[in-house]
Amino acid sequence: MLLIACPHCGKRPETEFRCGGQAHIARPADPMTVDDGAWSEHLFVRANPKGVHAERWCHVHGCGRWFNALRDTISDRFIETYPMGAKPTQFPQSETRA
Amino acid sequence: MAQPFRLSRGGRIDRTRPIVFAFNGKPVHGFAGDTVASALLANGIHLVGRSFKYHRPRGILSHGPDEPSALLSVDRGPGRIDPNNRASVVEARSGLRTTSQNHWPSLEFDVGAVNDLLSPVFVAGFYYKTFMWPRKFWDKVYEPFIRAAAGLGKAPTVADPDRYANRHAHCDVLVVGAGPAGLAAALAAARTGKRVILADEGAEPGGSLLHDTTSQIDGRPAADWLAETLAELDARENVILLPRTTAFGYYNHNHVAMTERVTDHLTSAAGQAPRERLWQVRAEQVVLAGGAHERPLVFADNDRPGILLAESVRVFLNRYGVAPGRRLVFATCGASAYQAALDARAAGLDVTLVDLRLEADCGPELAQLRSAGAEVLTGHTVIGSKGRKRVTGLVVAPVGSDGRCGGRRLLACDCVGMSGGWTPAVHLFSQSRGKLRYDDAIDAFVPNISAQAERSAGAARGTYDLAACVNEGFSAGAAAAGSDERQEVRATPTLTGFQPVRIMPTDANPTKVRAFVDYQNDVTAKDIKLAVREGFQSIEHVKRYTTTGMATDQGKTSNMNALGIVAGQLDKALPAVGTTTFRPPYTPVTFGALVGPARHALFDPIRTTPIHEWAEAHGALFENVALWRRAWYFPKAGEDLHAAVARECKAVREGVGIFDASTLGKIEIVGRDAAEFMNRLYINPWTKLAPGRCRYGLMLKEDGYILDDGVVARVSDECFHVTTTTGGAARVLAHMEDYLQTEWPELEVFLTSTTEQWAVIALQGPKARDVIAPLVDGIDLSPEAFPHMAMRSGTICGVPTRLFRVSFTGELGFEINVPSDHARAVWEAVFAAGRAHGITPYGTETMHVLRAEKGYIIVGQETDGTVTPDDVGMAGMIPKAKGDFVGKRSLARPDVVASGRKQLVGLMTDDPKLVLDEGAQIVADTGQPIPMRMLGHVTSSYWSANCGRSIALALVEGGRERAGGHLHVTTPDGFTRVTVCEPVFFDTKGERINA
Repeated sequence: MLLIACPHCGKRPETEFRCGGQAHIARPADPMTVDDGAWSEHLFVRANPKGVHAERWCHVHGCGRWFNALRDTISDRFIETYPMGAKPTQFPQSETRA
Repeated sequence: MAQPFRLSRGGRIDRTRPIVFAFNGKPVHGFAGDTVASALLANGIHLVGRSFKYHRPRGILSHGPDEPSALLSVDRGPGRIDPNNRASVVEARSGLRTTSQNHWPSLEFDVGAVNDLLSPVFVAGFYYKTFMWPRKFWDKVYEPFIRAAAGLGKAPTVADPDRYANRHAHCDVLVVGAGPAGLAAALAAARTGKRVILADEGAEPGGSLLHDTTSQIDGRPAADWLAETLAELDARENVILLPRTTAFGYYNHNHVAMTERVTDHLTSAAGQAPRERLWQVRAEQVVLAGGAHERPLVFADNDRPGILLAESVRVFLNRYGVAPGRRLVFATCGASAYQAALDARAAGLDVTLVDLRLEADCGPELAQLRSAGAEVLTGHTVIGSKGRKRVTGLVVAPVGSDGRCGGRRLLACDCVGMSGGWTPAVHLFSQSRGKLRYDDAIDAFVPNISAQAERSAGAARGTYDLAACVNEGFSAGAAAAGSDERQEVRATPTLTGFQPVRIMPTDANPTKVRAFVDYQNDVTAKDIKLAVREGFQSIEHVKRYTTTGMATDQGKTSNMNALGIVAGQLDKALPAVGTTTFRPPYTPVTFGALVGPARHALFDPIRTTPIHEWAEAHGALFENVALWRRAWYFPKAGEDLHAAVARECKAVREGVGIFDASTLGKIEIVGRDAAEFMNRLYINPWTKLAPGRCRYGLMLKEDGYILDDGVVARVSDECFHVTTTTGGAARVLAHMEDYLQTEWPELEVFLTSTTEQWAVIALQGPKARDVIAPLVDGIDLSPEAFPHMAMRSGTICGVPTRLFRVSFTGELGFEINVPSDHARAVWEAVFAAGRAHGITPYGTETMHVLRAEKGYIIVGQETDGTVTPDDVGMAGMIPKAKGDFVGKRSLARPDVVASGRKQLVGLMTDDPKLVLDEGAQIVADTGQPIPMRMLGHVTSSYWSANCGRSIALALVEGGRERAGGHLHVTTPDGFTRVTVCEPVFFDTKGERINA
């Protein structure tokens, strides 16, 4: 079971959390102006990297707050967790989408 | 009390506390401190079971958790029968009833032993090769035969009466294994003040020190060092010492699962103590000191009872004071067996040792043993064994450097101790996803690259010398605690080193020799060679094809021998073959320990409403909806489901019904931006909804498909009372929180689940107003003042209420929201007031029928995650001018705007009495070839007492355009014809609701 450091509560076991998939996918400000291709990309296409991955997690059975995390999908090691709206400090943004 | 093989002195057993237990119905005497295995051997009992496949007589091979053969069913009293226990680890105590397994009619005479004579038939892959054809034989002949033959031991037939506990623990350093290395590691870590847990699977911590009667540490007996170390650990408050505790699983982020056997060894369980306790430990650092397993030698008939591992012979002699025989032959390819032979000599037993190594390759152990008066035959192989239910002799022969065997010689004996070298127990290290490295010097895989915060020490990483184990353990423990403290003890040198041998050289015809590699699954060297000849090259494939290493012992004694044979056949180096994957559990774990307290009502907790007990008392039957238990229908005497539901349905439409809607999800949405938040989450407009008014809200996912629905009341400008479906409440709140926190953090809105706070009493039917009128204060109930889709605050029976005028039946209706604690009292008052009006309690089934008569959808029944608002005829709810909301953009996706989508329609069968099956498929033309073109399916279908006929809702391709047309629906008896209609069957003009 993973041990995940909630930025608000500290380290807690994985069963307290829900993973929300890839992080840093901003909802378009005005979706109606987005063409079909870009919209389907936004809705359905996600990265599945072997290595460091930026993910959304929610401490659903704790403080209830969403946050972001950098996780190495090979080792399952969490490199960093950081609040919503923040950027990771330890990993170049270029490896995650948008 | 005979115990003819008990030595007159020695051992850690308590000779003042005799015990007696049963083996196959006969009493077996022993002492406290015995295992079942040591007590059996003390009584000269070696034959303890029959093997899995060939039903060969089998005995006790080992003294520890690696035992593959001596598997007993242990009966600890009524309901407490547990199969497949290793005799070597079950602590003997009075009152146990043990029985051998896998034989009929008896252990001594087993008809199944005929399989042994048929062994040429049962080769590797027998099942795959044999049970291929004819196809029709599978159900009636092959499968019953395989099922009868498969499995070892009998599963218990009654529920487990024991209690199991579950405990979470955190520590700085977890040490697994309390042998010399683990004890030293725990000591070093404990001295830094860090929190330490030391777990050992044995009844007594100490590992090899418990049977090492000759070694000295720093000039004093090793047992003294053990006692002092344990005393210091015991005295420290920062140390938790857990005997009888097996670390069986090593999971992510240093999460280690362990089972502690709390009461099995006790004659009377102490008070309320659980039988076992599951420990889930989260450790900052882990030290793995689980020791090593000895390898058997692979020679013909190496599985006879009386043939043990050499170190196990030593354990039985020194720890339990038991001689496994009187004339012992040790067979080895290395030095450690000499120590066992020396100890046997010291116990006064007759000892001969056969060593495959040449004289020149042996160390000082050779001279030591010879001077102790034992015959040692170096450069000799073992050809085979004699005897049947007990070994009577070992056939040996000199073997030259060319592998040729010289003249055979029979060594008469009643016990053999064999040693094929050692295998470090790297199971937990591998489970932690650490990478192994093959160490040629000790012919073993050892830990190499760690994946987690752990380190191995002692025999678990291939260090076999006692002093080295202690010093390495100490350093590992210190390092785990963040210290670089070291300790250098001196100890008697340990006899170590061996020349690996895969199969003992033999002069016999190799196609006839049956030399066992995996004792538990009856896999011979011949089987493994055959698998390689048949083209299996990957060790993972060989394993599955031959089943070697796949038994409950996971090949602890057999894996390295099997690997070596495969490597030899493939002419590859051993590391090039690699190892199979080590998986949890390290040793078998009881289901009880894993399940813990999560049984019966706690297995899958249910939620009940404040009205639940009233419904029970009034004869309700219940159905499960999500975690809730809801009243399904209230049958009167002699009524079945259909009769009761028909009566309830008519009662609501003709008088008044009362329904418990408390399970509805409720969310209070409060804040300056509450209306804006609602606008963004629902397809409906909210800005202009006046306080005190309600609106049916429909919520989409971003992909445009319906997520949930429910009535929403505006309580004030900045407060909405939102309801959701029963099953969707948590999902909807999570969906709202997600958008609020991650997309629109600028909105000032607060979301609170109020599902449990508000109970909901639905009162539906033309007489509903009359029933509640005398009970309500502060609310004008007249239709003009309180129209349909309004909400008022006031009191009912003196209890504060949010009274909704809403309807899920199409009748005049109220949903009385009251604080849950008052709900039962209000319910009973309303029910009492309703008696004069013929009030009828109804359940979820009637609720379903009534809403279907009106064509009201249920999310999850009429929708399945691919249904849009337009598909269910609700696109009109979206104002043309409405701005963005979740899912809006997707409603313009090409496949959503395409024609031919499935749409909600009503279906009426030609035969009004025929009720369609929900889920039944719909086609246009029954004459078309199979596979037919499916147009959709029935989503809801009921008998409607109010309509006097069956009704159904369905999703049908282009459904609205088919109104008035005919389609065909599958039934168990073939197709039936239906007419497509509007999805509303009762009061089509919707007048009753405004009464």
